[in-house]
Amino acid sequence: MPAVLIEDVHKRFGQLEVLKGVSLTVESGQVVALIGRSGSGKSTLLRCINGLEAFHAGRIEVAGHKLDQDPKHLRELRKDVGIVFQSYNLFPHLTVGQNIMLSPRITQNVPTAQAETLAREVLAQVGLSEKFDSYPDNLSGGQQQRVAIARSLAMRPKVMLFDEVTSALDPELTGEVLLVMEKLAKDGMTMLLVTHEMNFARNVASTTIFMHQGKIWESGPSKELFANPQTPELRNFVSAGAH
Amino acid sequence: MLFQDVISRWPMILNGVMLTILLSFVAIGLGLVLATLMTALRSLAGSWAGYIVDAYVELMRNTPFLVQLFMIFFGLPQIGIRMNGLEASLLAMTLNLAAYATEIIRAGVDSIHKSQVEAGMALAMTKRQVLQYVILQPAFARVWPALSSQFVLMMLASSICSFVSVQELSGTAAIIEQDTFRSFETYIIVTIIYLVLALSLKLFLNWLGRKLFPQVSGLARLTEAHGEAA
Amino acid sequence: MQTFGWPEAYFILRAASWTLALTAIAFFIGSIIGGIFAIMRLSRVKALRRFAAGYILVIQSIPVLMVLFMSYYGLSAIGIELPPFFAASASLSIYVSAYLAEIWRGSIESVPRQQWEASASLALTTTQQYRYIILPQAIRISLPPTVGFLVQLVKNTSIVQVVGFVDLMRAGMLVNNATYQAFQIFTLVGAIYFAICFPLSRLSRHLEKVMNASRSH
Repeated sequence: MPAVLIEDVHKRFGQLEVLKGVSLTVESGQVVALIGRSGSGKSTLLRCINGLEAFHAGRIEVAGHKLDQDPKHLRELRKDVGIVFQSYNLFPHLTVGQNIMLSPRITQNVPTAQAETLAREVLAQVGLSEKFDSYPDNLSGGQQQRVAIARSLAMRPKVMLFDEVTSALDPELTGEVLLVMEKLAKDGMTMLLVTHEMNFARNVASTTIFMHQGKIWESGPSKELFANPQTPELRNFVSAGAH
Repeated sequence: MLFQDVISRWPMILNGVMLTILLSFVAIGLGLVLATLMTALRSLAGSWAGYIVDAYVELMRNTPFLVQLFMIFFGLPQIGIRMNGLEASLLAMTLNLAAYATEIIRAGVDSIHKSQVEAGMALAMTKRQVLQYVILQPAFARVWPALSSQFVLMMLASSICSFVSVQELSGTAAIIEQDTFRSFETYIIVTIIYLVLALSLKLFLNWLGRKLFPQVSGLARLTEAHGEAA
Repeated sequence: MQTFGWPEAYFILRAASWTLALTAIAFFIGSIIGGIFAIMRLSRVKALRRFAAGYILVIQSIPVLMVLFMSYYGLSAIGIELPPFFAASASLSIYVSAYLAEIWRGSIESVPRQQWEASASLALTTTQQYRYIILPQAIRISLPPTVGFLVQLVKNTSIVQVVGFVDLMRAGMLVNNATYQAFQIFTLVGAIYFAICFPLSRLSRHLEKVMNASRSH
């Protein structure tokens, strides 16, 4: 069974249809990049996958959970599906360590000592061991984003979603975040990411999906897709984005 | 319950309502003028004027309206200034509102960026013109909602003037209650009237704000629409 | 005729402790009721939202004096004679609850939406979101306006003397009735209110500054 299964998903904001029948699958261990202009529906699609947005028609299954709006089901799903946001969204009143330990402790009943070991482990994974007791406000954007990744990892997710995680960062800080993600990919994490980093999509994602006007316009193995775009829209997008 | 006894005294109640409205509007009008003058004084005159205005604002904002009213009604005659309950009430309300309004307008003025003033100067405006067009008008527009709620609070506080035997709405209520012994019925009716007055005043001030500062409500609509899209 | 001297001043000063007691009680009870209304105001259940909004709107649109009369005479109309102190506490608590509910609703709403999303994505329940993520931040945000409101409350306790409870204001009026030296008496009464309110006002402003500073970096 695929890690993510999306079948003919439709989504409207009022009159505006932002997803017009999207279908895709992500196999376990696969890294898939979603690219496209803003407004193409790629972020909305990603947010549908962990239930932050409801959709009007179609079917989504992720990490063995069927998506519906029942709060209990959603919580079970979210224990297996991590998401990292563009604006980090760390909890400003909690230290880095507390940010990471909170959910394992209160949603998975992990004892505090064990949660701390876990937190130190995932912090080491993103290269921020020494920041355990810092508050988010005292970290750079890149560091905050790495903590956000660590916070998701501490849930031991089966699938990770990344929503334009480097878009809010200064250019010199994107590298450290991308590096962490690349390492995750190598370790076999199933990842679905919305990104503007074309190089990252080309080199790290096995499959890239180009979305346009609420539909999957073109998709395929990343290297082929970028080397040989079939539609004029993707050609345009790739040449404009390759600055 | 017998509302009959109370409702049959409607001409009295109506008089009370009219007096409450009169008190409120006069105090709001005079208080606003006074507050504007104090704000202007603060920014135009030397720092000593600023200190006096600040001290006045702090004094009024940190003591109860009732104490201010009693000071004027009972205290001032001792130094030879005598006035009746209505005059004392009007003065107390005006002075009280002026202090709050000064504080609110100051916040508005502070929110006007210095570069705006410099731009005004660069366009060869006089100091007075800069004050009027660049500082006060946009500042008022920005703080109109805060001023509006202060006006409503003042209208509600006018009920306290019944303590110096002014026959406004709650003073009237006290008399009807003594006449009829229908305390609960009297106060239910009067409370409902206050509710209607407060809500009407709120609606009126919203409408007035849109009339006086159309450019700001337009701007608000714009940012709202933008916020929704984002 | 009695004159205004030290014993009278002492009497007034002692009554100030009743003003403080009344403030504390009204604030305590009012904040419990107000907290419940704030959460109801943000509930997903429309009827609860409407009810809370209506309550807040009505209480904020009538004079505190009417809240006082309604609870005093209203209860005695159905046969419950409350001692003045209880009537005063009850009505001030109602007044406090409506204003605090509105202040706290605003504070909860000003916690960024992303904090709800991030915590929901970490599988927290609504109760857990409130307890661990939203309320700790909302309480910080609410501190300056809450302390500011405390000043309004202290001042508004002055009207409860009308039901016969001897607070700072009533003490001043009693002394005035005996001595007719209103100018001195109400200067003292005003000074005591000022001594209570001014530090609170400054604290509120200070907290606001601290908050703004921490938000901007």
